[in-house]
Amino acid sequence: MSDSTHTGPMLAADGTPLKRSLRRALRAQKMRALALIAPLLIFVLLTFIAPIVDMLFRSVENQIVGNTLPMTVEELRDWEATEVPDEQVFRALFFDLFLAAEAKEHTKLGSRLNYEKSGISSLFRTSGRDMGDIGEVFQDALEEIDPAFEEASTWVEMMSGGAGAEPNARLMSNQIARLEALEATTFSGDAEFLPGAAISDILPNTARAYAAFAAFTQFVDGKSVTKEEPWEAVYAALALDLEDPATKTAVASYAGPGADNLRAAAAATLPPIAMRDAFFESNKDWANVTFWETIKTYSPPYTTGYFLNAVDMEKTPQGIALRSEDERIYGILFQRTMFMSLMITFSCVALGYPVAWILANLPTRTANLLMILVLLPFWTSLLVRTSAWKVMLQQQGVINDVLVWLGLVADESRLVMINNQFGTIVAMTHILLPFMILPMYSVMQTIPPSYLRAAKSLGANNWTAFWRVYFPQSVPGIGAGSILVFILAIGYYITPEIVGGTTGTFISNRIAYHISSSLNWGLAAALGTILLAVVLILYWAYDKIVGIDNVKLG
Amino acid sequence: MKLTKTLLATTALTVAAGTAVTAQDMANSLTIVSWGGAYQASQDKAYVQPYLAANPGVTATWDESSAEAVAKLRAMNEAGNITWDLVDVVASDSMRLCDEGLAMEIDHDEMLAAAPDGTSASDDFGDLIVSDCFIPQIVYSTTFGYRTDMVPAGTEPPSSVCDVFDLAKYPGKRSLQKRPIDNMEWALYCDGVAKDEIYDVLGTDEGVERALAKLGTIKDQVVWWSAGAETPQLLADGEVFMGSTFNGRLFSAIAEQNQPIAMLWDMQSFDLDGWIVPAGLPADRLARVMDFLKFATDTQRLADQAAYISYGPARTSSAPLVGKHADLGIDMAPHMPTDPANAGNVHIYDYEWWADNRDDLDAKFQAWLAQ
Amino acid sequence: MADTGNNDAFVAFERVQKSYDGETLVVKDLNLTMPKGEFLTMLGPSGSGKTTCLMMLAGFETATHGEIKLDGVSINNIPPHKRGIGMVFQNYALFPHMTIAENLSFPLEVRKIGKSDRETKVKRALEMVEMGAFGGRRPSQLSGGQQQRVALARALVFEPELVLMDEPLGALDKQLREKMQFEITHLAHNLGITVVYVTHDQTEALTMSDRVAVFNDGRIQQIAPPDELYESPKNSFVAQFIGENNTLEGRVKEIKNGIAVVQLDNGDLIDAKPVNVEKPGDRTLVSIRPERVEFNRDRLKPDAHTLKAEVLEFIYMGDIFRTRLRVAGSDDFIIKTRNAPDQRRLQPGEQIEIGWLPEDCRALDAPQV
Repeated sequence: MSDSTHTGPMLAADGTPLKRSLRRALRAQKMRALALIAPLLIFVLLTFIAPIVDMLFRSVENQIVGNTLPMTVEELRDWEATEVPDEQVFRALFFDLFLAAEAKEHTKLGSRLNYEKSGISSLFRTSGRDMGDIGEVFQDALEEIDPAFEEASTWVEMMSGGAGAEPNARLMSNQIARLEALEATTFSGDAEFLPGAAISDILPNTARAYAAFAAFTQFVDGKSVTKEEPWEAVYAALALDLEDPATKTAVASYAGPGADNLRAAAAATLPPIAMRDAFFESNKDWANVTFWETIKTYSPPYTTGYFLNAVDMEKTPQGIALRSEDERIYGILFQRTMFMSLMITFSCVALGYPVAWILANLPTRTANLLMILVLLPFWTSLLVRTSAWKVMLQQQGVINDVLVWLGLVADESRLVMINNQFGTIVAMTHILLPFMILPMYSVMQTIPPSYLRAAKSLGANNWTAFWRVYFPQSVPGIGAGSILVFILAIGYYITPEIVGGTTGTFISNRIAYHISSSLNWGLAAALGTILLAVVLILYWAYDKIVGIDNVKLG
Repeated sequence: MKLTKTLLATTALTVAAGTAVTAQDMANSLTIVSWGGAYQASQDKAYVQPYLAANPGVTATWDESSAEAVAKLRAMNEAGNITWDLVDVVASDSMRLCDEGLAMEIDHDEMLAAAPDGTSASDDFGDLIVSDCFIPQIVYSTTFGYRTDMVPAGTEPPSSVCDVFDLAKYPGKRSLQKRPIDNMEWALYCDGVAKDEIYDVLGTDEGVERALAKLGTIKDQVVWWSAGAETPQLLADGEVFMGSTFNGRLFSAIAEQNQPIAMLWDMQSFDLDGWIVPAGLPADRLARVMDFLKFATDTQRLADQAAYISYGPARTSSAPLVGKHADLGIDMAPHMPTDPANAGNVHIYDYEWWADNRDDLDAKFQAWLAQ
Repeated sequence: MADTGNNDAFVAFERVQKSYDGETLVVKDLNLTMPKGEFLTMLGPSGSGKTTCLMMLAGFETATHGEIKLDGVSINNIPPHKRGIGMVFQNYALFPHMTIAENLSFPLEVRKIGKSDRETKVKRALEMVEMGAFGGRRPSQLSGGQQQRVALARALVFEPELVLMDEPLGALDKQLREKMQFEITHLAHNLGITVVYVTHDQTEALTMSDRVAVFNDGRIQQIAPPDELYESPKNSFVAQFIGENNTLEGRVKEIKNGIAVVQLDNGDLIDAKPVNVEKPGDRTLVSIRPERVEFNRDRLKPDAHTLKAEVLEFIYMGDIFRTRLRVAGSDDFIIKTRNAPDQRRLQPGEQIEIGWLPEDCRALDAPQV
């Protein structure tokens, strides 16, 4: 108590402030506790949190367009989506697509954009093949003017500006970074080639194209740039540079290596550069403005497109709009998934409650025996159980046969009980029932029979005693079971796939389709994220209405 | 190219130094991915076991994951750990794997054996090489089978694919695959579209509506399947009167299980199945795979496979070598989809077109199904 | 609480038997009548059938044979909720999902009593047990004693004429228990209700009850007011079960003038009041309360038989002294003496002579071994 008369912080025996020494003591304790749960924490992080974060990321990630066509995206920034872009854009597209085709990344972009607009896949695939042909025209022309252009050494000399020339290291590192983004890797080691600063000023396109070629040759192909003839794109870039009269003037006064060859090329007449026409010739769809709209719409590195798609909407140049009616499916499926999961949860409550009650009120020995029967389905493969329902419920199945034999149903009007919602609800209720019974049972076990007796002694009849006294106390079990069953049901897909037909399929079936068949993982991630959000919202609502501390698993 | 040169160099060395060097440079195990069931068994018997017998010390492991091969290969690629050496996929998947950069490009003439008469591999396979990464094995078809005992009395058995849409003449349920491919084409064909115009029509919104409307006439009589084994089972149970599936599945229901089922070859939809090699394999495993592939896709081996399953060998040169069924002893040629008697009216499915339109049409098809 | 007819038989058990398994009887031929307003305790070891009797009265068990009557009417076929009997359970059985007020309101609601009436009654009942301020709480927020009071209030709020209590104080600590014992009896007598109280604690039974029914082996061994039970146990079970007791075994030598001379097994003779011994030669268990043993020769009758005893242990217990003796070959003969200024403290090793008034020493049936 004497300490309280001190002004200032309380001190521990050794003179350090009491608060600090307490914190230190507690920290040691916390660290020990943390070390104890560390394996679990790491496990949960790796197997649970990380995949969810990855899923959330995938549902908005869209870097592929910007990584594959960086210059085109740049050129398209000011493009009004009214008519087919001009020559400038197509020139940028040529160099982008040429590199992408060399890296075999253009078809990936095609697949990605094909999710948004049918036909882009083959547009990129076919045009990717033609890039070499488009550039070859310039290669042939230049090599005809000066055979020295055939030599790898000419190019290295010329583009590096000769020994001791001031290099343009930035241009090279930009190209390496671009290639890294395209290939989604990181390269190690220094660039063997650096473009010369002077030549980069005179021939900016050529320097850029050659730097890209050099980076690719060294880091992707693992070859030496001094031994490789440049790509057709480099020749095209040179032709492009020489198109400008200012460049011709600059070349005339240039004295670095290869200046003679350049002057010869500048003096000659090179084939005209008409990339727009060349692309139209390669595939007429390049003249279709809607393809360009799609490329522009999906050029930012992050997109809401997958989420819009997941709620039956789409991005159009005019803004966000609902999809046409014949393409709307996810709204229906989300609704159906919710509805069916609720139905399954309700049937599980209705069927499971009496069973749990009986189990809780039987002598332990009998209850344990019955419990084995409840758990028995767990020991059978899910596929077997589901297929068994198929045998039971199909039109030539056991139940229909019995009904026909009993004369309750005419042979020609056998009941349709499978490949629809009914079959799905029946099969899934059966599969999920134990998840409902177990928590209900363990909660009911803790309700002493004396409550019912007390209620009766106070004048309540059987029903009132049950409804007012027993039932409210079993609600935590129902809550726990319902949350368990509902969340399991909402993500089910094997059973709906087998017995659901067309009206009993769940949103998870579409997610599975996009994961394994269409490979549209972004859309699958968006659908999954929405499903996760729905579950969290329902959980929150449950907490608000019933209270989550009212959930007991035992 | 560099790799191929290295490979060729290795082969040259092998000749000089004997087989011991080969064994050192090649991995000793192969992980082969296929579809399971009778088809995988036919591959095992026709070329995997013979190859293992010729190469003691090499082991082969099967993985029945072909149905999810594209997704799994993509996941493996992202994780940077390719555990598969050779994957059996349908042609359309091979195109997607190639587009995604997940499958290795193949130089067919350099890597595969020529025909016995010297025809190069690429000529022998011909148009069936639908993608740069694809090594065709078999031609199969998706076609219809029907219950012979459920044909209405006094009616001749169905002979045209359009009988599928004729509920008045042939009442009863049908089973169709739960995807737009084939179904849309059959619907348009039976709605009066000429065969060579099908894809032009299907490329328009009206065409899609037209196809779905035709399918709509039988929608409430259709059981939609997603696994190839379902239709034979539904037919065997009498749940459906007729249904589409892979011709080999129907063959085994008819010939091996003696079910009262008959084939309806009209407008059968040809498709291909073949190998792809995952991109990015280490050199020793790649060397082993290439060694195996050269053996497994030669003329004789492909012909041998037809003794176990009724799928047509993908090499032109294999066709004359097709013999009898290994167990039943029946002539296999008449059961091949490629047999002239069966191939009178066939549907050639356009891979390129579907690669472009699959996502869009699938969305529309699924929306139509869900309504 | 109007006086209705035959008060002597407000509650009646007539030849009631109960068997759970059809082989053994847990209640054997029970006959019991209770007048209105009586506080009767059923006392006995566990398994003696007392709780079963209570449950039969409440209606949660059915009698295998015989009849149970309430106010002259057989209630065998009346379901528990129509019997109108209040009940307090061992662990109170307060409904955890309801507040205290809701718990009390429950019996009134099911009786369809109007809201304002209910509120008045609940308030009154809570005040009666001094819990007026706790109406809004949940049972889990109350202490054991408070829960006990609420349970009591709930059993009383609908004004039953008969209230059953099944070991209601078992979970409380000693001090609280004694306080509650007093309060319960007080309440019961004030309200004039009839109470059947089950306990295995004899002190509780003696302090609270008008009459105590001692159960053993499915039968009532003795039913009597507490003093009579304590001082005149009818048989050796009751004698041993109620209070502390010294017992000596022997054989009846003679009975005359209402006094039996018993020859103990070591040959000593003592005087005893014959209770259920009939003739000389009968084996008997002689029982004497520790506080009735006298070692001051002056206070005994001159002709009384005495026994020699050796002091083994002296225990100081505050209000009393407790001394253990060796008597007639037995090492656990206890005497209790009041801590009074003139009281002598016996020393271990001391040789004394002990005796008692013959009417304090009861010759009972010898237990069958």
